[in-house]
Amino acid sequence: MAEIELTPEQIAKLKAATKAQRENLEKLARETKENAEKYACTVFCCNSTSCRSAGGESVLDAFQSAVATNELQDKVRVVKTGCMGLCSAGPLVRVEIKGQKPVMYKKIDAMTARLIVVEHIEKALNEGEAFKLSPTLAEHTLSLDMTFFRKQEKVVLRDMGSYDPESIEQYVSHGGYGAFKKVLDTMTPEEVVAEILKSGLRGRGGAGFPTGKKWEFSLKEDVGEGGEKFFICNGDEGDPGAYMDSCTLEGDPHAVLEGMLIGAYATRSTTGWFYIRAEYPLAVKRIENAIRQAKKFGLLGKNILGSDFNFNVELRLGAGAFVCGEETALMASLEGKRGSPRPRPPYPVKSGLFGKSSCINNVETLANVPKIIEKGGDWFASMGTEKSKGTKVFALTGHIKNGGLVEVPMGTPIREIVEDIGGGTDSGKALKAVQTGGPSGGLIPKDMLDLKVCYDALREVGSIMGSGGMIVLDESDSIVDVATFYLGFTVDESCGKCAPCRIGGYQMLRLLKKVAARKGTKQDIEKIKQIAHTMQKASLCGLGQTAPNPILSSLKFFMNEYEERLLPATKTTSTTTKEQ
Amino acid sequence: MAENNSEEEEKYKAQTIEAVGKWKSKRGSLIMALHEIQGVFGYIPWASARTVADEMGVPLARIYEVLTFYNYFKIEKPGKNIISVCDGTACHLKGSQSVLKAYQDELGIGAGETTPDGLFHLQIVRCLGCCGLSPVSVVNGKTYSRVTPGDVKNIIAEWRAKETENNAESK
Repeated sequence: MAEIELTPEQIAKLKAATKAQRENLEKLARETKENAEKYACTVFCCNSTSCRSAGGESVLDAFQSAVATNELQDKVRVVKTGCMGLCSAGPLVRVEIKGQKPVMYKKIDAMTARLIVVEHIEKALNEGEAFKLSPTLAEHTLSLDMTFFRKQEKVVLRDMGSYDPESIEQYVSHGGYGAFKKVLDTMTPEEVVAEILKSGLRGRGGAGFPTGKKWEFSLKEDVGEGGEKFFICNGDEGDPGAYMDSCTLEGDPHAVLEGMLIGAYATRSTTGWFYIRAEYPLAVKRIENAIRQAKKFGLLGKNILGSDFNFNVELRLGAGAFVCGEETALMASLEGKRGSPRPRPPYPVKSGLFGKSSCINNVETLANVPKIIEKGGDWFASMGTEKSKGTKVFALTGHIKNGGLVEVPMGTPIREIVEDIGGGTDSGKALKAVQTGGPSGGLIPKDMLDLKVCYDALREVGSIMGSGGMIVLDESDSIVDVATFYLGFTVDESCGKCAPCRIGGYQMLRLLKKVAARKGTKQDIEKIKQIAHTMQKASLCGLGQTAPNPILSSLKFFMNEYEERLLPATKTTSTTTKEQ
Repeated sequence: MAENNSEEEEKYKAQTIEAVGKWKSKRGSLIMALHEIQGVFGYIPWASARTVADEMGVPLARIYEVLTFYNYFKIEKPGKNIISVCDGTACHLKGSQSVLKAYQDELGIGAGETTPDGLFHLQIVRCLGCCGLSPVSVVNGKTYSRVTPGDVKNIIAEWRAKETENNAESK
């Protein structure tokens, strides 16, 4: 693809044009901010997939129409936002009135929304500080002082829930694209890489590779004049039961795009690619919209914001294949092929998408980047543990009272997440275990809940951080069934390229089902272990290498549950052995 | 047979060419073109895949490879109303299997199948990103949260009623 050479005059003209766009955007952002300040009250309605599924759309409509019918348009602003966190209590709504304490509502429907406008907003605006919520409405509120909110430390989720993810003006009015501007105006790519290295940020997709190192390798790749280098955002969140990335893409799409822009500048990349699961239509729509708006204001294209930096972004959808979360499979899929992984080296930085140097980062990793640039690498490194810096977002689900998206500093004990933030089990039954890392992770039994979440500690106990799924199991959940569920998933999703994963997974699942059906023997368990170790060592990619994790960790910590299901004959033998 | 094929192809041709047009010139965009086609027809008709092969210069075998590799693509015409039962981990723990069984019993079909009258298609999906509301089912984009096996009868009845309503209106 030969590009037309631009004359210096043309470039100067382009720069002037993008600079004007930049000034225009800043002006719009100022106006948006001033305009927002005119309102005495703002109603923030969560508009994430989860709250929409619970009826959030009709709640938003109800607020808008009730504000209009009560002629409050001049005083009340209704804003749709990204995820507010406590998804299990959705749809969530937050009412902020100047000079009064914000009120968070849970499980709102259209009728309650209309009631809030009349009984809360209108009255509170008239009565001022003396206003008290009626008992009927108070029943629908959540205390913002509850430990669920109080014990969290938000970096990635910081701005989510306070601006409209479909409005670049609102994002900029909250300081958005400020970090990118800082990078363009005052930093060299080397300095950006150094800042990210200093922050200690590690890949949030699961493997935990230092992001700064990845960028450094990419920056060192010289693709020559007119050569292409790619920067890819991995939004193929395939872990069933984890939805942090989809919420981030939906709730703060511009932050992810800004992170990509900063990364692309730091690595001197020429084209960016978003790869997003097709099963996340809202995330796709919001990123599409963010790209369109960024183009409109000169944040993408040639001579971005009056600089010499050129960068464009493409959006591609996945098509339902878990293995495409693996970077080489993802690139094959981006090329329009079946998503089969290939051996590394060559690493993507040498030969990636279409054979060009490529740098791949996960959604949450990129969402952290603007905040690191804004507040500095030292600030980020002050949070977390020695080797795992910053915070981590988890999708806290399963048998948990307060289910949703939570963000805590690395090194927070799991107990604090599930008991203080999560509020314990929803069933009243005792907690049995916590699963992290989805189909590639493992189980953490209840007596190990003081374990601190970080890459290394989780790996030591046979689990992984993974992308951030955290599933709580109570006494009623069968460990053998959960292990079988995960293995069934990975066997379904194995691409079939390498034998250890394709055949090993299938045979292991067959044996596991036999045990689950109470037809297995002790020998079957031994065989499962053997296959598991072979798969870990011999599989081509991460999918096969980690697929045995749920099995091995459950065998390690919950052998009794397997033994209960073994054939009576073998059970007796094991008891006699014990007696001897 | 050959004649039938070309007749079939003609039926989908114009729309297929239009859908492919947007992507044809972009590298590595076969999957995007197929998404576009599924968006139009609800699945990828074989005749349409042949047009894609011609239009994009991709061997038909490679298109088949992609269609069968990815779960998202359907190569057979699905039923009119698509029921997706989530079997992600959170939904699984909260009883999605018994919900799935209720759908199967109510409709008399298995997962991945369509009822003989072509009205319902039942499919399992892996995580829709609303784990806080588990177990979840989605019918034609409408989400049902915290579904119990007992709810299934009503959900099906709701969509059957809509069907009768629509039929009455069109008459």
